[in-house]
Amino acid sequence: MTKTIIPFGPQHPVLPEPVHLKLTLEDEVITEAIPAIGFVHRGLEKLAEIRDFHQMIYVVERICGICSMIHAMCYCQGIEALMGIEAPPRARFLRVIWSELHRMHSHLLWMGLFADSFGFESLFMQIWKIREKILDIDEATTGNRIIISVNVIGGMRKDLSPEQVNWILSELKDVEKEIKRLETTIMNDYTVKKRTVGKGVLTRKQAYDLGLAGPTLRASGIAQDMRMLGYAAFNEINFEPVVETDGDCYARCRVRFREVLQSIDLIRQAIAKLPDGEVAVKVKGRPDGEIISRVEQPRGEVFYYIKANGKKNLDRLRVRTPTFANVPALLAMLPGMWLSDVPVIVLSIDPCISCTER
Amino acid sequence: MIEQVLSISPDNVVGETAKMKVEGYRFVTLSCVEIDETTVDILYHFDRDLQMKHLRLTVPKDRPVPSISPVYFAAFLVENEIQDLFNIRFQGLAIDFDRTLYLEEEVKKTPFCKYVVIKTAPLGEVPGENAS
Repeated sequence: MTKTIIPFGPQHPVLPEPVHLKLTLEDEVITEAIPAIGFVHRGLEKLAEIRDFHQMIYVVERICGICSMIHAMCYCQGIEALMGIEAPPRARFLRVIWSELHRMHSHLLWMGLFADSFGFESLFMQIWKIREKILDIDEATTGNRIIISVNVIGGMRKDLSPEQVNWILSELKDVEKEIKRLETTIMNDYTVKKRTVGKGVLTRKQAYDLGLAGPTLRASGIAQDMRMLGYAAFNEINFEPVVETDGDCYARCRVRFREVLQSIDLIRQAIAKLPDGEVAVKVKGRPDGEIISRVEQPRGEVFYYIKANGKKNLDRLRVRTPTFANVPALLAMLPGMWLSDVPVIVLSIDPCISCTER
Repeated sequence: MIEQVLSISPDNVVGETAKMKVEGYRFVTLSCVEIDETTVDILYHFDRDLQMKHLRLTVPKDRPVPSISPVYFAAFLVENEIQDLFNIRFQGLAIDFDRTLYLEEEVKKTPFCKYVVIKTAPLGEVPGENAS
C-alpha cells in the first residue's frame, strides 16, 4: 500500500505550543510517528552559569507558567539540601497548599483543552469556569494568577492569614461541588468515551520501559508518584497515588480527574495541620556539591540535577521535565491509530513544550 | 551528596545499562556536565521503587559514546539533546537527528560548553577535519 507522510504541527489547532510529528500513514492508519522539537528552545539551564543562585528561582519559575511554583519548589529544595538548610514547618505545609493548587489548575486547564480537542466546547467552558476560582485564590493570596513566585531558598516569601485560609476552604467547597457536577459528563458521556476508550493504549510494561512519568505512567497501572518521597510536608499527610490500569486516553483522563479531587483533600489536610511560626529561615553561605531534587508536577516527575562549587553561580543546572520523558510514549501510542485520533492521543500526555524546551 | 554512583567506562556503558534494565530499573534521564576543556561527565540516572542509582562516565569530548537507546529506547531524545548542546557524539542512536534536534544545520558552535567547541565531523570521519 502507498505510504503517505503527513506533518502534524508545529502549528495545529489543538496544540497550544509548537511540537511537530512526522506521521507515516498507510491509508488512514498511522504506521510511524517521529517527533521533532526545538522550535522554542531557550537554553535556560545555561543561565545558571551567569546568574546568582538566588536569581535562578526567577528563571526556573519561567520554565513553565502552569507549574512555575513546583519548578521553584524543586529548585529551592535542592539548594536547601546542598546548603544544609531546612525550611520551617509552616513553609513546608504552605508548599503543599500552593503546589496542589497549581496541580488543580493545571489539570483543569488540560481537561478543558482535552474536551476541546474532540469538539466538546461547552464542557471546555464549564471546566475553565471552575479553573478561574483556583486562579482567583492564587491572585488573592500571592498577587499573581499563574507565576505566583512564593518560594525562596529557606522557605516562602508569602504567608496565609487565618481569613485567607477560611476563604480558601470555602472556595474549595464550591470547586469540589462544581467538579462533581461535571463528573457524569467527563467520565460517562458517550462523546467522551467514544473518542478516548481504547485509544493510544500503553501497557504497564511499555510505560515502565519507556521511562514515562506522572498520570501517563499511573494510567498504565504503575503507582509511582514523587509525592511518595515525602518532600515538603507530604510525609505528614495521608497520600496514596491515583492509579488506573487501562492505559488508554480515557484512563489518563480519569487519573487527572481523580487527582483534582485528591488535591482538594490534600489542601484540606495541609490546612488542618498548618503549624504556626516563621515561613523562612535566613540563608548564609553558598551551595557546594552535587544533588538531585525530584518532585511531582501535574504532568509527572520533574528532575533537577544541581552542581555547585561554593561560588554564587552554579556549575551546572540540569532539568528533565515530565513532558520530555513522555514524548517517547507518542512513538508507541500512535502506530495503529487513525489519523483522526492523533490530536486526542497527543493531548492525552498533557504536552508542555515550554517545559520540554526549557 | 549523590549516593549510589558507579563509575563506568565507554566500553561497558551498554553492558551496565542492560544490567540496570534486567534489575528492573526505570530510565530517568542523562545529565551531561562539562569538567574542563577536553572532558565531560555523563551521568546516567535510573530509578526503582523511588530509589535512584547512577552511572558516571567521564569521557574526552571528541570520543564517541555508545548509545543506550538500543537498551532504553527513550534515551534517544536526551542523547540527541546532548549531541546538540555539548557535541558529544552517540554511536548507534535509535533515531539520530544529527545535531538538528534544537540547532539549525549551519550552527557550528556548541551552545552549552563553557569552552566553545566547534562542530566536529560526523561519526567515522576524523574529528575536527571539517571544522570551520
